[in-house]
Amino acid sequence: MDLIGLTIKQAHEGLKNKEFTSVDLTKAYLEKIKKSDLNAFISITEDLALQQAEEADRKIASSSQILRSKTSEDKGEFGMLCGIPCAIKDAIMVDGQKCTAASKILENYVAPYDATVIKRLKEQGAVILGKTNTDEFTMGASTENSAFGVVKNPHDKTRVAGGSSGGSAASVAADEAIYSLGSDTGGSIRQPASFCGVVGLCPTYGAVSRYGLIPHASSLDQIGPIGKTVEDVKIVFEAILGKDKMDATSVEYKFEEAEVDLKDLKIGVPKEYFAKGLDPEVEKLIRSSIEKAEKAGAKIIEISLPATEYALACYYIIGPSEISANLARFDGIKYGLSIQDGNLLDVYLKSRGEGFGDEVKRRIMIGTYCLSSGYYDAYYKKAQEVRQLICQDFANAFKRVDLLFCPVSPFPAFKIGEKADDPLSMYLADIYTVATKLAGLPGLSLPVGKVGNLPVGLQIIGNHFEESKILSVALWIENN
Amino acid sequence: MISKEEVERIARLARLELSKDEIKKMQKDLSEILDYFNLLKKAPKPEKMEKTEGDLRATRKDEVISSHDITDELISAAPDKKDGYIKVKEIF
Repeated sequence: MDLIGLTIKQAHEGLKNKEFTSVDLTKAYLEKIKKSDLNAFISITEDLALQQAEEADRKIASSSQILRSKTSEDKGEFGMLCGIPCAIKDAIMVDGQKCTAASKILENYVAPYDATVIKRLKEQGAVILGKTNTDEFTMGASTENSAFGVVKNPHDKTRVAGGSSGGSAASVAADEAIYSLGSDTGGSIRQPASFCGVVGLCPTYGAVSRYGLIPHASSLDQIGPIGKTVEDVKIVFEAILGKDKMDATSVEYKFEEAEVDLKDLKIGVPKEYFAKGLDPEVEKLIRSSIEKAEKAGAKIIEISLPATEYALACYYIIGPSEISANLARFDGIKYGLSIQDGNLLDVYLKSRGEGFGDEVKRRIMIGTYCLSSGYYDAYYKKAQEVRQLICQDFANAFKRVDLLFCPVSPFPAFKIGEKADDPLSMYLADIYTVATKLAGLPGLSLPVGKVGNLPVGLQIIGNHFEESKILSVALWIENN
Repeated sequence: MISKEEVERIARLARLELSKDEIKKMQKDLSEILDYFNLLKKAPKPEKMEKTEGDLRATRKDEVISSHDITDELISAAPDKKDGYIKVKEIF
């Protein structure tokens, strides 16, 4: 049996039926990662993975004994994620392992504790293969901002895998992990999932604890799963969601599986998301998914989100403003790179000047500018007002429809280097993903076809905490 | 175009050392990006809104919650330390 290329459910069945062990599975994936030239991983956590796999095998063996002896009330079921190898974005902390955020400033930083999502995965018996590549501090749309080199797209190695969770998406697409965790601040799960042809879910703000995620912009950051199928994504999402006392913005969340009948469904199509700049081939694929849903009985309603044109500018003021505050912690004193030269101020200036890459510096500068005396009202305060407009747009839309269908990205994966020297054109790659984040809404990228050999993702946006509705409809599209 | 002096002032506030080339590039990039932000000038003022469902900025009591003790791990991450303390350069 080929151990590579399984979904979570298939791997779980294989483990249950004793077709292979978690150690077999883990070794096969480690082998695959080592042979790969995609650069999806910054580090491989081989010792941890094998130790977790052995532990999972013990758990699986003892649960089947319980099952045979029937002496226990326990049904002997082991969790769906037990023994399943996964990959973790290198901005999420795994106790005792390096966590670089793809930055030179954290090149040798060892995580002192587990992120809450990691704690939850470990409780399930997960196997962590390694830490995946990302844009530095998750800032970018291509992983070209990584201090450890770009991730290549598995479908075309001359192209980017998207970003910032490019390594997490590419690893799943190339079968270097069964599933992965990424994080999404302005599109960083959905866009690479779209570029790599895998399923990526950015949950509602507050659905998943951010504790142990190296912060980018705290009012926007959210951790979410990337998988081969909608079902896989759902399994992982259920494992990581919920209130955590270490993250005051996380909420109690009772996820209830929904089976949505398309005949009862109203799908909104925001006209601003089909405007100039959208690749006609991408549009064709998105439109054909919409038609498919319509044929199955869904009601399609064109809607307008008038503040859409302001979303990107709003995002690139609020994001960098929060970045400039969040990244003040990298001072050359508490952790990370430290250049001990001159006085205390020199340590700050030089450690940060040397340790941060170009895009991080650019965003710190933008944020510092927007928050500085004399500019605050014109930029930051104005952006907060616009954020309200965007929230209101979506609130109005969800009075009329259940879900929104639109593209994830205006184009499929672009060439490595194509946008690297033009920050503004790179920012424009986020045009369809930032608005939902400003409103704290969940969104999913679902592969719905290809332009040439490049995958294209449909974005399904739901109202707050309606992930079950999104997942149910995504599952229907996936199966039809 | 944003001036060299302005970039240097912001860099100082942000505690970033920038090379001459970086300052030049930053002048160009920041100017383009800030120009793009001008788009927001024509955005209308929002109506006074009720708290939407999306407003999740929950508050909590300001109280100490004891958690796992990782003091040693945190100290050991510091580049310069002595006897369980993080060393900082003198500031007077």
